[in-house]
Amino acid sequence: MKKTCIKSGLLLLAVLLLNGCSSMGGSTGDANGDGSSGAPVTDANGDNGDATTSGANQGGQWQGNPLDDPNSLLSTRTIYFDFDQSDIRPESADVLRAHAAYLLNNAGASITVEGHCDERGSREYNIGLGERRASAIKRFLQAEGVADSQINTISYGEEKPVDSGHGEAAWSMNRRGELVY
Amino acid sequence: MIFLRKVFISLVLIVLSTPAFSNLTIEITEGAQGALPIAIVPFKWSGSPAGLPAHDVSEVIRNDLQRSGRFNPLPVASMLAKPGSGDEIDFRDWRALQMENIVVGQVQPNGSGGYLIRFQLFDVYRGEQITGYSVPTTAADLRSSAHSIADIIYETLTGEPGAFATSIAYVTSEGKGENQRIQLKIADADGYNPQTIVSSKEPIMSPSWSPDGSKLAYVSFEKSQPSIFVQEVFTGKRDKVSAFKGINGAPVFSPDGRYLAMTLSKGGNPDIYIMELRTRKLRQLTSHWAIDTEPAWSPDGQELVFTSDRGGKPQIYKIPVTGGKEQRVTFDGDYNAKASYSPDGKSLTLVTRINGNYRIGILDLASAQLRILSTGSLDESPSFAPNGSMIIYATTYKGKAELSAVSFDGRVKQRLALQTGDVREPVWSPYKNRKRSR
Repeated sequence: MKKTCIKSGLLLLAVLLLNGCSSMGGSTGDANGDGSSGAPVTDANGDNGDATTSGANQGGQWQGNPLDDPNSLLSTRTIYFDFDQSDIRPESADVLRAHAAYLLNNAGASITVEGHCDERGSREYNIGLGERRASAIKRFLQAEGVADSQINTISYGEEKPVDSGHGEAAWSMNRRGELVY
Repeated sequence: MIFLRKVFISLVLIVLSTPAFSNLTIEITEGAQGALPIAIVPFKWSGSPAGLPAHDVSEVIRNDLQRSGRFNPLPVASMLAKPGSGDEIDFRDWRALQMENIVVGQVQPNGSGGYLIRFQLFDVYRGEQITGYSVPTTAADLRSSAHSIADIIYETLTGEPGAFATSIAYVTSEGKGENQRIQLKIADADGYNPQTIVSSKEPIMSPSWSPDGSKLAYVSFEKSQPSIFVQEVFTGKRDKVSAFKGINGAPVFSPDGRYLAMTLSKGGNPDIYIMELRTRKLRQLTSHWAIDTEPAWSPDGQELVFTSDRGGKPQIYKIPVTGGKEQRVTFDGDYNAKASYSPDGKSLTLVTRINGNYRIGILDLASAQLRILSTGSLDESPSFAPNGSMIIYATTYKGKAELSAVSFDGRVKQRLALQTGDVREPVWSPYKNRKRSR
């Protein structure tokens, strides 16, 4: 029970970090977007006086591909798993539904789901476990109606850790599925 | 004297360390009581000082015998005399030091770039020569000739073939992200002469020797597709033998070299298959919704063991090579994986979990007794020496992935640490240059 709390704490932390990053990304993205916010504007009369006014940053009126929208659920591409488990955690469902909706609306799009494990246990068994995780994500997307042909899976087992540490903090980040468009 | 010996062996000896060559370094981390006392006297060089060979032949022999756990070589500093040949030995000196055997020898120039090594092995108490050879060699083969001499001494005194003149294959990882380099390497069994035979930005896994030592099978993830390759060790020529949809993993040669057992998930989940290499014809051996992987052949080629979590947790099962009913083999603990047979077929080495720690175990098949050999928390990939005397495995030491070797009885352990990067998945080669019938 305690372990679960720590894990969800870590996940929460990860989500907060991601959000932190995405709001920064949001303002950059906005500047590349419609260019309205923060830019000098002239009034309707064309009276270009000494004073200049500017609109406040609305924060994230995204106009590009929703895949690139840092405020979209689609920006979350990593799904975490419990030790030696391949069940989709309830908190991952919304993210996966968002990806399913995108794939349904974009029949030409496809993804590769990568399954990854922490370093514990034997390497080839972990290849099997990583495939189970990738398949669990694939099945979830298929249940939402996504076509089989849009989803490729590959298991890297424990061969591609994102954190090379040797403790639960690292392991919890390495037990994951990654959605690669 | 016994006390003195204990002091010697309890010292951590760091030998063979040559940082410039990024070799594996060997440390004796646990002692060997009951090992045979032997004196390997430094071999006399009879050429000019300028022509002194780059490697000390007698030191290579001394380290080999020590690593095996079966011998306790006398340190050079404790020798009362340094005879170069049989007629120079005063056996009283060596009896006083409680040596049972003594090896003396000479190295002399032999043509251009060549050497001739002569050595003699004596029984100290009877004062008689047991064996002696002249071994012509070259500068490049000096170490391998020394390993062969260690094999002769080992076999003469223990009655079992030595496995010093062999190789290990292993995988190394250096750098991170875009700069990451995964390499499949081969080195002498003592870690010298590392050579890279595959280099990739993507993972390389599960090397396996052909029974004649001329080929390695392995898994490579290049082009984002796990594929099984069979590569000729000396030419570098390779064939992609399996790249089905899904997992292509855990390749392992049959004892006759004609087949490759492997794990494929093309049927929807990982199962064991057997491929005839000449025809590439596949036969499915297991069929279960669980993960079946890590096949290993019995030495007679009649059955395979494999890892399966069909019972909920990974355990070892066995199945006849012709197919049929699987039988569970491991019952101790809730995690047993990556089993392989000892050369005599009487035991399995495997990875077992104890109190959350992953350790190397030996399962005696007749008694079903499991002995734990290692003390780490993340030990994996055990591989028997071809004579069954030692097991090499991957471990983690101070946060770094390293190789370790342990004698079959668990008494002698050595760390084999690379200077840079992580090193993992060691596999011991078969005997070289000779056919053994055991």
